[in-house]
Amino acid sequence: MTTLPETTNRKLGLVIDLDTCVGCHACVISCKGWNTENYGAPLSDQNAYDGAASGTFLNRVHSYEVQPLATSEMPHPAAQLIHFPKSCLHCEDAPCVTVCPTGASYKRVEDGIVLVNETDCIGCGLCAWACPYGARELDAAEGVMKKCTLCVDRIYNENLPEVDRVPACVRTCPAGARHFGDFADPESNVSKLSAERGGMSLMPEQETKPVNRYLPPRPKDQMDQPEQIDILAPFLEPIVEEPKGFLGWLDKALEKI
Amino acid sequence: MHPAPSVIVFTTLSGLGFGLLFWLGFGLPDVSGWVAFVFFAIAFGLAVGGLLASTFHLGHPERAIKAFSQWRSSWLSREGVAAVGALVTMGIYAAALIFLDVKLAPLGWIGALLSLATVYATSMIYAQLKTVPRWKTSLTPALLVSISLAGGALLAGQVTFAMILLPIAAVIQVIWWVRGDGALSESGTDMASATGLGNIGQVRAFEPPHTGTNYLLREFAFQVGRKHSMKLRAIALGLGFILPLLLLFVPFGHVLAFLAILLHLIGIAASRWLFFAEAEHVVGLYYGKR
Ligand code: SF4
Ligand code: SF4
Ligand code: SF4
Repeated sequence: MTTLPETTNRKLGLVIDLDTCVGCHACVISCKGWNTENYGAPLSDQNAYDGAASGTFLNRVHSYEVQPLATSEMPHPAAQLIHFPKSCLHCEDAPCVTVCPTGASYKRVEDGIVLVNETDCIGCGLCAWACPYGARELDAAEGVMKKCTLCVDRIYNENLPEVDRVPACVRTCPAGARHFGDFADPESNVSKLSAERGGMSLMPEQETKPVNRYLPPRPKDQMDQPEQIDILAPFLEPIVEEPKGFLGWLDKALEKI
Repeated sequence: MHPAPSVIVFTTLSGLGFGLLFWLGFGLPDVSGWVAFVFFAIAFGLAVGGLLASTFHLGHPERAIKAFSQWRSSWLSREGVAAVGALVTMGIYAAALIFLDVKLAPLGWIGALLSLATVYATSMIYAQLKTVPRWKTSLTPALLVSISLAGGALLAGQVTFAMILLPIAAVIQVIWWVRGDGALSESGTDMASATGLGNIGQVRAFEPPHTGTNYLLREFAFQVGRKHSMKLRAIALGLGFILPLLLLFVPFGHVLAFLAILLHLIGIAASRWLFFAEAEHVVGLYYGKR
């Protein structure tokens, strides 16, 4: 049934840290690797070995250059390069689900994961039209809609060691930029992280209520500030000038010898 | 949006076909026997032909039957249900009229309304999409329904109705274009809201996520040149509405009628091509394509 559940028991999703993502695309590859040989139809490639390669991916990493506006204190602010991983945000008000004519697309009541039942999908593509984030791709070989499953076949999989029961992208990320958890629980790692760092929703005006949150990048270097010559200078200054406590006593005692 | 030929053919032909069925259901023109047969054959040919064309872009047309199940939430499903309802009702009405010379008037009315509902449901498939600001307006159903009714009247030989409806449809078309040109910027969705990085500064797409193309770019990132689009709009307006209207003022014969319908069809096809080709999907913003 492609009407959305009123609420879901849990809200599983990802926190993606734009501050720490280094743009290595490891999550892209591990996602494709895991998902092409597990849940549902494989993720096909077309013309993989000639100039016009194209294929299905459930997770892609964009890179943006953000140029801060010049101010009187900062006449030439440095641009920031921000890597931007993007996969399904498992929206609470998922428009991709309600448009589906066959009931193939659905949102699970138990954990909020948005999935496609591929044996029902007619490949009309309307759900991809309805998703503002480009999180759905119609597989050119299979003719069915593919999307991030939140690695539903890993997170509950008791055949895997416990450490591996997280999405492939989260497990792989060498920078620790992707975190997995339950947003319905305010005490979960993802809820806390999102609260601490001002986790944001993408395109809030589209009113899809994404579950996934993005952590904004922290302010970067201030190299263009004229008075500051060495950006590391403040960090190199000795923190404790005079040793105190036991060390202070030892220092003095040794001094006396 | 990628202007897929199958979808353009589908919406153009079936819109006209269901428009004709609408008038036939109300007994305009009041035909029976062989003349009725010809009229209904044309209407069913267009409507069914269009529906069949629309299945060409499906990945799994053999499962199309499943698309009737989700009418509670999905406009695409509702369209399917309404279309089958309209075709079956009008089929019975037509058969009675042609073979038994019996006019089941109420059945015709129901069939006419179902035909209208089909066109409306088709239009809502597009008008519901927030991701395509150009489509997300109640002007979209107004446009597609008025074109269908005007074209149907033209095909049904309802000169007076066509003379009223063609100008109405033309005006809605122009308003739809003008509103559409500012729709994306009005929508409030831009690269800043797409990336959430707007409070740092000006966002520019630096490196795409993939070196080749992909489904998203093929489907959503279509762009038409401004000059090109102006020319096509002129063609759509001239052939689709103005010329057929002028032809209605000349003493009407079969040849002229055929010409008027042909011009109308070409004009509407141009309008429909633009409907897709000019529509900006917000996912293009992630690629810096808008
Ligand atoms: S990100 Fe797109 S595909 Fe995923 S739930 Fe939201 S609308 Fe649907
Ligand atoms: S492509 Fe498949 S999942 Fe998407 S709307 Fe069509 S039938 Fe539903
Ligand atoms: S959760 Fe799984 S399917 Fe989704 S992006 Fe990560 S690896 Fe891919």
